[in-house]
Parts: sequence; structure tokens; C-alpha cells
Amino acid sequence: MRCPSCGFVQFDAPRCKQCGALSPTPRQPVASIVSPPGFSGPATATRPSRLVRPLNLYDQQARNRRKTAFVIGLFMLLVIFLGYGVDRFVIGSGFSMSLWDGSLFEPSRPRPSRQVAFPVATVAALGVGTLTAWLGYRNGDTLVLASSRAVPLAPTDLKSRQLDNVVEEMAIASGLPKPRVYVVPDPDPNAFATGRDPAHASIAVTQGLLEMMGREELQGVIAHEMSHIRNLDTRTMTVTAALLGALLLLHDWSARTGSWRVRDSGDRKGGGAGQIVLFILWIVLVALAPLIGQLIAMSISRSREYLADASGAELTRNPMGLASALRKLQEATAPTRSISRGTAPLCICDPLHHRLDDGKGFWADLLATHPPMAERIRILEAMAYASSAGPINFA
Amino acid sequence: MVFYLTLGIVVLILVWLVAMYNGLISLKNQVQNAWQQIDVQLKRRHDLIPNLVNAVKGAMQFERDTLERVIGARNRAVSAKGAQEAAAAEGQLGQALSRLFALMENYPDLKSSHNVLQLQEELTSTENRIGFARQLYNDLVARYNIKQQVFPTNLMAAGMGFALADYFRIEEAEKASPRVDLSLN
Repeated sequence: MRCPSCGFVQFDAPRCKQCGALSPTPRQPVASIVSPPGFSGPATATRPSRLVRPLNLYDQQARNRRKTAFVIGLFMLLVIFLGYGVDRFVIGSGFSMSLWDGSLFEPSRPRPSRQVAFPVATVAALGVGTLTAWLGYRNGDTLVLASSRAVPLAPTDLKSRQLDNVVEEMAIASGLPKPRVYVVPDPDPNAFATGRDPAHASIAVTQGLLEMMGREELQGVIAHEMSHIRNLDTRTMTVTAALLGALLLLHDWSARTGSWRVRDSGDRKGGGAGQIVLFILWIVLVALAPLIGQLIAMSISRSREYLADASGAELTRNPMGLASALRKLQEATAPTRSISRGTAPLCICDPLHHRLDDGKGFWADLLATHPPMAERIRILEAMAYASSAGPINFA
Repeated sequence: MVFYLTLGIVVLILVWLVAMYNGLISLKNQVQNAWQQIDVQLKRRHDLIPNLVNAVKGAMQFERDTLERVIGARNRAVSAKGAQEAAAAEGQLGQALSRLFALMENYPDLKSSHNVLQLQEELTSTENRIGFARQLYNDLVARYNIKQQVFPTNLMAAGMGFALADYFRIEEAEKASPRVDLSLN
């Protein structure tokens, strides 16, 4: 789109990158891979047209899988680096630099050196993080179902028969065993999947969602949840939780001591400076660890949502069903009280119904478990080749 | 040195061959299983049809012709022998059913009958299940065939006795049938 005041052509920016004027329309959802409506207008004249083919559902899936793997790798590196720092600067040997006695920038008092050959802190933090996450992983589904007061579906009336049938249909489409079906007595529309693997999976749907959705929409929602099961997202989120736990532990350990030791490398020529740089980088990362960890976890959650949308579309071959269901969910703004925050990454939409969820800005988007609804709908419509972009140019 | 190098390469090739063979066997069985699943759903369709016809018979006596066609197609599908004949019979049954569903729209009494709605939902679901079972079958066939055709597996697959699987194809006549909205919105 064009900046109204200077005419600079840009995509997806709340402010013009050239003159700083606020863009008149709400932020264009990030779908530059999909051709935005009216893309073939004057924009093409100034900027060479990119490939305008919409991502089909297979491209979407591959992209999201790669993204998750990359982000989890990044997360692991961060945890390992922080752990290394704790081993080195908190319990390691070297000169003391304490926040409390003013010696932070005058490393003077030598301490008896303690050599650490084994990465104690890294292993301990990862161990504790993994253990807590593992416990949650083993029994998570019972806890989640109990806390949301979900009751097993009794397929008696027409609507619940329909739900039962739709779950069976999606199980057939995905080639997985049929998950157990639960209903949460809550008037707000939402749904989630839980369970450690496809053989122990459950899908829960709120009463509100059941009453609101037509058959195809219900099918879209269940396909999304079935995809969370098929993509092993409980497992992904467990790994994420373990890493986040380890990160927070390391943060606590290093922040609480308030006294760090930078090793004296003997000859203070080159090694010393490197040590200091490493130390500063580490301390900055330690300070930011809770924020960074949260951002990474949310980013993983969001890419799993996109993936579940895309693989859900693969199951139904009808992206418009889910798109239409998301439209209805977008309009429902009351929070789903019965679903706890921790279950959010496996829900169809954020149970808190954050205003954040609607793409109100860069930071808001970064802190949400779910991508903005408008963007999800747009991507689904592109999969159905139904975006308003008009005929697709494969050239 | 050369000996160990050769040994290493031979072992690697053997490992690759075993992995390839097992992968293909696994997919082949998944394909067969998916094919069986279609039959399971077709059976469900056959079982439900007499109930539906009985439920609507009273209100739709003027459509005797359509009802008889559904029952006839259903009986032919049940007694069909061989894949070719079964496929043709199921195709005809699908068409007869969609005509019945379309005609049912003309009878508001039927729409208000809980029993009929229930049956209609079950039949809708069955039609969907058949569709999704076929979809899964075709997806697996695609994966199985791709796996056989990519290099370097294509050099070995045929020699190991693997053959490309056939896709499920819709009959031309069935494609032409009008799309009927079966949703219960």
C-alpha cells in the first residue's frame, strides 16, 4: 500500500518507513507472501513484483515446521549459553565482581579458584525443567479436562451426534484413532485438544461453540484440533515448557546471587577482554531471559497455530469452513473462563480473547499465543484460492 | 584400509536397502488398510439406507420412484461382485441418495421430524466418511508412489516387487451429478 502523504510504497507497516506518517488503514496483516488485494495496482510499477502465488496448504505446513525447528534450536542455544555463564561466572573460578560492594567494574579481590569441569548449572536447570514439564506431559490431559470441568460427550441430541460424527470423520481423514470427545459447559465458543500422543488424545468443545457453528464450521474447528494432535503439538509445547522452565531457573540463580566472578586468564592481554565481552553479553541475556523466553514460547505457539490451520485444511480440503468458523470466533469477545491460561496454545483461539489477539501492534502480536485472527482467515482464504486478490498469476 | 572402507560402504548400502524396504512395506500396508476402511464406511451406508427409506416412506409416497431407485441401487451395491462392479454400483447409489436428499427439501414435515433429521445427519456423516476414507487412501497412494518413484529408490523398488498403487477415481457419470447441500445449518 502507499503512504498517503509521501506516496512511498510499502507493505505491512503501521507507520510509513519514509516519512513516518501513520498509515490510514489498520495494519495490513503480514501476508506479503500472499498477494494483497489490489496488488496489481501502481505498486507493481515501482517495485518488482514478487512471486504472487498464494502458499498452498503443503507450502504452509513445510514453512511452519521449519520455523518451529529453527526457533526451538534457538531456544536451546540460549539455555545452553545462560547455563554456561552460570557455570562460569556464578560458581566458576576467577575474580569477584559483586553488585553489592561496588566492585562490579573493579574486579580486584581474588577468590580461591573453583574449577568447574562439568556444566552443573546447565544440566541441573534442564533436568528440573524437563522433570516438571514431563510430569505435566504425562498427566496434563486429566488435569486440563478436570480444571475446565469438561464432561464426556453423550451423543443424544442432534447437535452432539453431529459433533461425535464430525470427530469420527476427521479421525478417518487423518488416519488416526478417534480421540475422546468432551463438552465444556461454557457459553463462550472455544475448543482445545490435549493428550500426550494420538492414542491418548482428547478434544473438548465448549457448549457455546457447539451451538454456534454449522456443520462445515464445526468440521473446520475439529480439523484444527485434530491437527494439533497429529502434529504432536502437546509434545512441542512440553519441550517449550521445559526450556522455558530451565531458562527461568537459570535467570533466578544468577540474578539472586548478585555476585559474579570473571576469570582471570593469567595474561590480561586478549583473553581478559574477551571474558568481559562474554560476561556483559551473558548478563544482558540473563536480565532479559524471562522476556525472551516468553517471546520465544509464544512464537512457537503461534507457528503451531498456523500449522494446525494449514493441516486442518488438508484434512477437510475446505479451508473456507475453518475461515468461516474463525470469523464467528473473532466476533465473540467474552473470555472463556473455564479454560485456563496454560491450555491456550492448544485452543482454537486465545481463551482470554486478548485484544492483543487482533493484531493491534507489533509488541502485542509478539506476546500473543495466537496469531491475529484476520491474518489466519486471510491465509486460509488464500489456500482456498478465494482471496480477493483475483485470478492467480502462476507466471 | 581399503578393505575397511569397502566394508563400511557395503554396510551403509545394506542399511539403506533395509530402511527403504521397511519404509515401502509400511506404506504398502497403510495403503491396504486405508482401502479396507473405505469398505467399512460403505457397509455403514448400506446399513443405514433401509432405515432412512422407512422413515421417509410415509411422507414421500409420491416419490415412490426415487425411493425404489435408492433401495435398488443399495441392493445392487450390497450384492456387487468385483471392484469394478462395486465401484459402479456405489456410484449409482451415491447419485440416487443425493436425489433423495434434494427431494426431501420439498417436504417440510420431514424436516421437523426428529427421527428423520437424525437419520439424515447419520447419512451425511456416512457420505463424508466415505469421502474422507477415499481421500486418505489417495493421499497414502500418492506417498507410496512418490516414495517408489524418487531417485534412488526407483532403481530398486520394482526389483523388490513393489508396484505403483492405483488411485481411487470418481466415475465420469458421478462427477456430473449436482452438488447437494447436506448441511444442517
